[in-house]
Amino acid sequence: MTIVPVRHPWRWATSVMVLVLVAMLVNTLLFSHVVRGGTREGRFQWAVVGHYLFAAPVLRGVVVTLELTVIAMVAGVLIGVVLAVMRLSPNRLLSGSAWLYIWFFRGTPVLVQLTFWYVGISYLYTHLTLGVPFGAALVTLNSTTLVTSFVAGALGLSLNEGAYMSEIVRAGIISVDDGQTEAAASLGMTKGLTMRRIVLPQAMRIIIPPTGNETISMLKTTSLVSVISGVDLFQATQNISSANYEVVPLLVVASIWYLFFTSVLTVGQFYVERYYARGASRALPPTPFQRFRQSLGHVRMRPAPALSEVPWVAPHE
Amino acid sequence: MSDAPFTHPPTGRPPDAIPMVEARSVHKAYGRLEVLQGIDMTVQRGEVLCLIGPSGSGKSTFLRCINHLEKIDGGELEVDGELVGYRQSGNRLYELKDREVCGKRAEIGMVFQRFNLFPHLSVRDNITSGPMWVKKAPSGPSRDRARQLLDRVGLADKVDAYPNQLSGGQQQRVAIARALAMDPKLMLFDEPTSALDPELVGDVLDVMRSLADEGMTMIVVTHEIGFAREVGDTVVFMDGGVVVEQGDPVQVLTDPQHERTRSFLAKVL
Repeated sequence: MTIVPVRHPWRWATSVMVLVLVAMLVNTLLFSHVVRGGTREGRFQWAVVGHYLFAAPVLRGVVVTLELTVIAMVAGVLIGVVLAVMRLSPNRLLSGSAWLYIWFFRGTPVLVQLTFWYVGISYLYTHLTLGVPFGAALVTLNSTTLVTSFVAGALGLSLNEGAYMSEIVRAGIISVDDGQTEAAASLGMTKGLTMRRIVLPQAMRIIIPPTGNETISMLKTTSLVSVISGVDLFQATQNISSANYEVVPLLVVASIWYLFFTSVLTVGQFYVERYYARGASRALPPTPFQRFRQSLGHVRMRPAPALSEVPWVAPHE
Repeated sequence: MSDAPFTHPPTGRPPDAIPMVEARSVHKAYGRLEVLQGIDMTVQRGEVLCLIGPSGSGKSTFLRCINHLEKIDGGELEVDGELVGYRQSGNRLYELKDREVCGKRAEIGMVFQRFNLFPHLSVRDNITSGPMWVKKAPSGPSRDRARQLLDRVGLADKVDAYPNQLSGGQQQRVAIARALAMDPKLMLFDEPTSALDPELVGDVLDVMRSLADEGMTMIVVTHEIGFAREVGDTVVFMDGGVVVEQGDPVQVLTDPQHERTRSFLAKVL
């Protein structure tokens, strides 16, 4: 019998179309030229991009962006865990205040919050005091010197992120079966120990994918500090282009850096997820490297079909 | 409500002055639903007591009251001569703190219908979790003990496996090993074989039988009438939140005195 596989003509047609589009994209990115001010130059001015990609001000901006991302995410996760546990508390005062916090910080734009922390705090409180509530002051600080744009940015992003993270953490916690808490209790574990050792590690599987999402989102949201005169990656490239008018190449510089770090985060997320998948699935998902090796092995080990079943091979005499 | 008085100590064991569990008129309600309506029960040291009865009769609730997973609303419940969940001083009862309740629970092992192994921990870490995290035992001896216990439940080769790589019966035996790792003075079994495929029930019951043979005090909520008759020192039949009948397994199971017991046994046997 001859087996005639199903033909997929539309797959071929769409593949050809996609290839044409890719060719056009590569052409316009790399090979096309345009006349600007009487000079013919490459459309995307890659030389300019290359010149500024590792320029000192840009690298300083990269550092600020990374610092803000790390601070905001670490603080956001910590605030989020505390708020999530508070919201799940039987104490109405605790759960209510957590609810209020989330209501406020999710309900106002982060741009408004950042501006508020930068401008509003110094306006409302010229001096910040550490001491006994309604009592003696121990340390008094001048707001304008304390709340720099970096501090305001880190503070605003952290507090905002905490509100979002708390909902993610709460979703993770309530996804863990009650039987787990009971089993832990029956072994004599306290509530805190149960939360730390039993519930949160299992909740991590639910928590990590959206947290990866949040981290990638945060990396880009840090660019908002440019409105409160923070010099992050985006503002650093803006500063350069406002001096030399090379607007597009410097936007490309910023985009390349953002893409680089989001790619790194995506890879990181895969391995963190894999770590917390232990015990959840019978076999861990293969890493890309393992998958590559498997596909090699697959090709090599696929048994050869019997010759009689291959109509286009002439049988041996 | 118990017409048949508790007459005999467990066979071959002298009665102890203080019973392991003593319940006097224990009440428990969820809202207006009275789940336990005055339970009187005594479990001697080394006794195996099997709780049978239709679902909703309060068996599991009573079991969960013993290690304070549920709080009782009335009556008195004592484990090893001490009130569950309270400390008596003069004529006042002081509610125990979370940490004190945990200390009491650590002395009572519990095995659940749905196993409730910790899926993110290996079998070994499941078993050492109690000793190492609650009792702060060093890891070396705890791991050795885990291996011994696994050997005992017939799963020595599964030390490094994760729970969902095991069958239900294997998981339940690991759960028993996990409870035993705390060296409990009392073991509570909440329908330990109800979630198992029929051919896996035997392995779990064998482990429980050997525990009983070694003199472990056990309270077993079960639908395995054969196990209750063979291993139990006492069988208690509960229905509608009360103890209908209790006594010697052979007597209760073959010649029940109450109509409700008779009709229940007729359905399950």
